[in-house]
Amino acid sequence: MSVSVVSSTKPGGAGVLRVRRTLRAVLPALSLILILLAIWHLNARAISYFGLNLMLNLAVPVALATVGQMFVMASNDLDLSIGTFVGFIGCITATVLHDSPVLGIAIFAGCIVVYALLGALIYLRNLPSIVVTLGMFFVWQGLAILVLPKPGGHAPDWLKALMSLKTPYVPFPVMAAVVIGVVAYVGLMRTSYGAVLRGAGGNAVAVERAGWSMLKVKMILFGLAGFCGVLAGMALIGLTTSADANLGNGYTLLSIAGAILGGGEFTGGRVSPIGSVIGALTLTLAGSLLNFMHISPDWQVAAQGGILIVVLAARVLINRAGSAA
Amino acid sequence: MRPERVMSQHSVVIELTGTEKSFGAVRALAGVDLAVAMHECVGLIGHNGAGKSTLMHVLAGTLTPDKATVAVKGETLKRYGLVAAHRLGIRCVFQELSLCPNLTVAENARILHPALRGFGWRRRAGELIISKLDEIFPDHRIAADAIVGDLPIGKRQMIEIARAFTVTTAPVNLVILDEPTSSLDGHTASQLFAFLRRSVKAGMSCILISHMLREILSTTDRVVVMRDGRVVTAGPTSSFDRNKLVVAMGGAEHHGTQADTPAPLAAAAAASEAPITVRMKPKGQHDGRELLARAGEIVGLAGLAGHGQTDLLLAVFDAGSGRAKKGAVADRIALVAGDRQTDGVFPLWSIAENIGVRSLARFRKGVLLSVEAEDALAARWKERIKIRTPDMRNPILSLSGGNQQKALFARALGSDATTVLMDDPMRGVDIGTKLDVYDLIQEEAQGGRTFLWYTTEMDELRHCDRVYVFRNGSIVAELARHEVSEERVIAASFAEAA
Repeated sequence: MSVSVVSSTKPGGAGVLRVRRTLRAVLPALSLILILLAIWHLNARAISYFGLNLMLNLAVPVALATVGQMFVMASNDLDLSIGTFVGFIGCITATVLHDSPVLGIAIFAGCIVVYALLGALIYLRNLPSIVVTLGMFFVWQGLAILVLPKPGGHAPDWLKALMSLKTPYVPFPVMAAVVIGVVAYVGLMRTSYGAVLRGAGGNAVAVERAGWSMLKVKMILFGLAGFCGVLAGMALIGLTTSADANLGNGYTLLSIAGAILGGGEFTGGRVSPIGSVIGALTLTLAGSLLNFMHISPDWQVAAQGGILIVVLAARVLINRAGSAA
Repeated sequence: MRPERVMSQHSVVIELTGTEKSFGAVRALAGVDLAVAMHECVGLIGHNGAGKSTLMHVLAGTLTPDKATVAVKGETLKRYGLVAAHRLGIRCVFQELSLCPNLTVAENARILHPALRGFGWRRRAGELIISKLDEIFPDHRIAADAIVGDLPIGKRQMIEIARAFTVTTAPVNLVILDEPTSSLDGHTASQLFAFLRRSVKAGMSCILISHMLREILSTTDRVVVMRDGRVVTAGPTSSFDRNKLVVAMGGAEHHGTQADTPAPLAAAAAASEAPITVRMKPKGQHDGRELLARAGEIVGLAGLAGHGQTDLLLAVFDAGSGRAKKGAVADRIALVAGDRQTDGVFPLWSIAENIGVRSLARFRKGVLLSVEAEDALAARWKERIKIRTPDMRNPILSLSGGNQQKALFARALGSDATTVLMDDPMRGVDIGTKLDVYDLIQEEAQGGRTFLWYTTEMDELRHCDRVYVFRNGSIVAELARHEVSEERVIAASFAEAA
């Protein structure tokens, strides 16, 4: 009748797809397990309640920032400002929030509104998010330096207590990571509006034609990123107990790497909340692994990059094998 | 000619009167009237750029017309848009798929239905879409939790069609299908048409846009033929046959205003002696037909848009630049892009730089490029092709669309290329520019250059020495200059393999 593009589907066609999807989904977990095994091989005692607590406590703010980045990536944008934003939130936490909690919380709420407005700006003026958030990178950094010109400040006691919580059996960072992952997963992957949010990244025109507001979608996704950034900044200060204006600068690239490592892609609305959290844990543990291998921590960033390349290469291989089948 | 008027107003689902829409200088709709009754399946046909898709977007509310009256059940609506269309139960199956490839089948159903929310929405969405798929395509073998992007395009099209017919809170009264079978095989297509007939009998209406005249004749109740943004004929399907439809689309009255300048016989004879410069078999060709072009010839590529003409041009280009071994191309090639914005201009460069980029090798002076040589080339072509600008060093975007296109022609013609490929380059170009360029092409062809000219405009084919008509990626007809007529091109474009 017409071009018969529909190749007669082989009986195994659907099965191959499913295998490929499963492989793609477990790849982040696989890389985490490999790193854990390597650490265990070098020093079995590290894989203990105390060891994991020590190795992973910095993973909590990274995981939060990564999930925030993932929300932005869900609609094909990137947030380059999340790093200095986390730093700025940290400075507020160690100063304003410590001295007058109400004002501190009001500032945080204002920051989330600013994030949502950035989403609106990017959508309404059709601006590249990279440019807008790169500008914001410097804005947040400047604000952080204004708030805290030299390192100092004090984390609120309740926050310190929370971040050094000794939970029974399972270390606190692990529990926190599970909670972050599950909440983000349910919110983005299981709710009915979450489907619309992700659909906006896959085919924005289709979502708009179905009557949804892309403005609202962008504002919500950026607002969620801001919210996660606030939590990340607070968690970070809970761990370090005092702040520095440059504390979060590395988080921009770390969060992008974590979201990509976890199965996300820059375009097409393909993101994975649980994968992102696992990606953040993997990147954090990479530093510890180097320690155990007696390699200078200077190489940490290089090692993280190496892991990223290996995992992405594996993903490409899976995709290629799938399409060849 | 206006059977709409006969229908009682209450049986009318929606009525558009005096619909007008222009995109820049192009008038896509020039006062179209269309009414769709209940229990009716309307077939909408027309050649490239007749305005079918624009009309459909207006009906679906995704495009606001410049002027139109929209009436429902005899009442004129003040504002008509996406929301109103959705409330009235007007759904659309768009030609370009409007599914989210990163979502599952069920989630895509959810996107269309705000009512699918709350606990268990995923299960309900899955049941909704799968039951509709079962109804239309009984042996579809699609799972509700499959990711759409992983499915082949035929299955995606099935999902898109089935989704348009699903009902939650808003009713479905009119479904518009734009080329719904373009990626379906014969079996699924016949399942779709059987379903359409059942639904129409049950009280629904549909508009079917298709290039498959057989589908139109066998499925619809009424046919509307569009041409140049107007409805030229409409009537019960039973009063038409294939030939009548083809004639109606082509316009029975010969409206060729351009002089049919038959090439002097001597020149034609000389041309057949000239060396062959391009020999290329389209990728989808199975009967051994080939495209041949000789030096000094203007060869037209015709047929419906997107039936393999551009692919062939690109294949010739690749062969000419040594990137592919298929086919024989004895020439240096230059391409005039059709989509100026994405494939043509370098938006940040000056006019002169845009013209010179194909000839950089000639500008070389040692390891540097000679600006004087570039200026000289630009100045020469400013004169020859009449680019309207005070200074060729102005940015290319300071020119009007037509003049930008002239610069692209200058880029190709000013180069050392002996074969020039043209990928429907006159889209949206004003008539003055066109006439300037037509003359130039004739001149250059007489000078021995070969032109391969893909065009969707019938009038332009009259400038060609020979025309190949494409369909589904292969050549279905070869017409000599005196054989080229609108009817013959349309007849070949719509030819259906028996």
